[in-house]
Amino acid sequence: MSELNLLPLSGIVVVVLGFALRFNPLLVVTAAGLVTGWAVDMQFLALVETFGEKFMNSRQLASFLLILPVIALLERHGLQQRAQSWISSIKSATTARILSVYFVVRECSSALGLLSLAGQPQTVRPLLAPMALGAASNVHGELPKEVKDMICAHAAACDNIAMFFGEDIFIAFGAVLLMDAFLRENGIEGIEPLHIGLWAIPTAIAALIVHLFRLARLEAKITHAVATYNSQPNKLSEELS
Amino acid sequence: MSAPSTNTADTTAIISIENIYLLIGFVVMFLVIRTLQDKGHPKRYSTALFWLLFGNVFLFGDLSVSLFGQAITYQWVGLSVMAIALLAGFGLVSMGTYDTPSDEVKTHSAEKIGNKLFMPAVMIPIVTVVCTLLLGHININDWYLFDQNHLTLASLTLACAVALLIGWKLTSGSPIQALTESRRLVDSVGWAAILPQMLAMLGGVFIVAQTGTAIQDLVTLFISPDNRFMLVVLYCVGMALFTMIMGNAFAAFPVMTAGIAVPFLIQGHGASAAPLVAIGMYSGYCGTLMTPMAANFNIVPAALLDLKDKYQVIKVQIPTALALLAINILLMYGVIFND
Repeated sequence: MSELNLLPLSGIVVVVLGFALRFNPLLVVTAAGLVTGWAVDMQFLALVETFGEKFMNSRQLASFLLILPVIALLERHGLQQRAQSWISSIKSATTARILSVYFVVRECSSALGLLSLAGQPQTVRPLLAPMALGAASNVHGELPKEVKDMICAHAAACDNIAMFFGEDIFIAFGAVLLMDAFLRENGIEGIEPLHIGLWAIPTAIAALIVHLFRLARLEAKITHAVATYNSQPNKLSEELS
Repeated sequence: MSAPSTNTADTTAIISIENIYLLIGFVVMFLVIRTLQDKGHPKRYSTALFWLLFGNVFLFGDLSVSLFGQAITYQWVGLSVMAIALLAGFGLVSMGTYDTPSDEVKTHSAEKIGNKLFMPAVMIPIVTVVCTLLLGHININDWYLFDQNHLTLASLTLACAVALLIGWKLTSGSPIQALTESRRLVDSVGWAAILPQMLAMLGGVFIVAQTGTAIQDLVTLFISPDNRFMLVVLYCVGMALFTMIMGNAFAAFPVMTAGIAVPFLIQGHGASAAPLVAIGMYSGYCGTLMTPMAANFNIVPAALLDLKDKYQVIKVQIPTALALLAINILLMYGVIFND
């Protein structure tokens, strides 16, 4: 092996510093690209071309923009209000229960490969977050902004965690195929995608247990936060940050 | 067809990926016009320019490749990207003013329409899944309805159109009104909408610069090849950390697995490959939950949900991520060794 060349790592330093100093992430990432290219002596024009090529070839990442018009239209006509009032009519619904049920359904369905069944723009913003909020205000009345934010953040986290730790069980998912292809390329024989999918199950179950346990404690946390707000409004924002 | 072909890359589709990009381009351009019409917008022209530069890439990218070739196209796209980053970096992109009805009006309309209001939102996933699983391959003489290489995305596009039509029927708000309304959401996401593509771009530069190899060299400095437990810890924690930097476990996986897992664990200690890679990848996912670089999962939702702290989703996810990382390490150490 040749001597250690650390210059290609300069972009990573820029990323870490940039995020730590809270510069705008678009600026940080572009600067990191420029610094890395400069550190390894890339021609400026070749670097710009690499920027353009990768940006063009990842345009499918912007497809969530197509979902927003429907959601925006429905919200104008009261989708979030409807989700909240519908949940209010179910007396046994609590924030923790709603999020837990969603978590289980989301993890199971993504284990079956149904990843596009839900997502942040199409389910969390218009449905899950308003329902979780509705259930909490059922119990506590009008909620302070800090508590609302905490509940919404939990709704978003549920969707991410449940999807991530379910998806690798589905053997036709990209990650499993990537692992399979990697093993073949490296001359490791006799592994089927099925084996990889099976070995994803223990962690998937662990994720379910860990997160449901945390959600079970969320209810008490909300009650505590609301009580703190009612006695000392200023203390709450310190406590939650 | 004279020759049988299993290659679907050249088949024609109505909802092809190129057409989806054009559609996104039109949507963004519509928002640019609406932004320019927004007289009360504090940063009207710079915000419009930001989205114009972005929309151009969708509207004219493929056309430019066929007219002027890849090199020139990639160059102007690359320069646009840098201009986009500068506009966002100097705070020239902001929310505008929106004509939003009061909560009372919305509640009233919600009561009038009732639970049917959920239908369009519920139709998006249902239509997507049905099209992907059942209708995905329908074709007449090799004219496909959906792009065969981007089946889910093509199905999602159709699902959005269907939901938009149902929404029109229910609320009497036309698709044009829906687009106008969506500016409020797109602006609240703002620059975060573009971050995932920027990160893909940085990943590309890292590949050219062989950053992965450098990380691999760096990590092997810390390795003591006989300590099995430390090797497992180094692999799992390395996956999580490198994923946090790249924002994507797929980018970290080949680097860390080729650098640590294959030479030291599989070849060195005869570890079983299937549990090793499965748990290793999940260790990377623990990193995804903890990084702003995974913008579409962590930053975009915070913007969509209008959270005051853009890092709050990450903060909520950290305890679960760390617990699972620890579990992964113990699990891997427990199951991969056969002697």
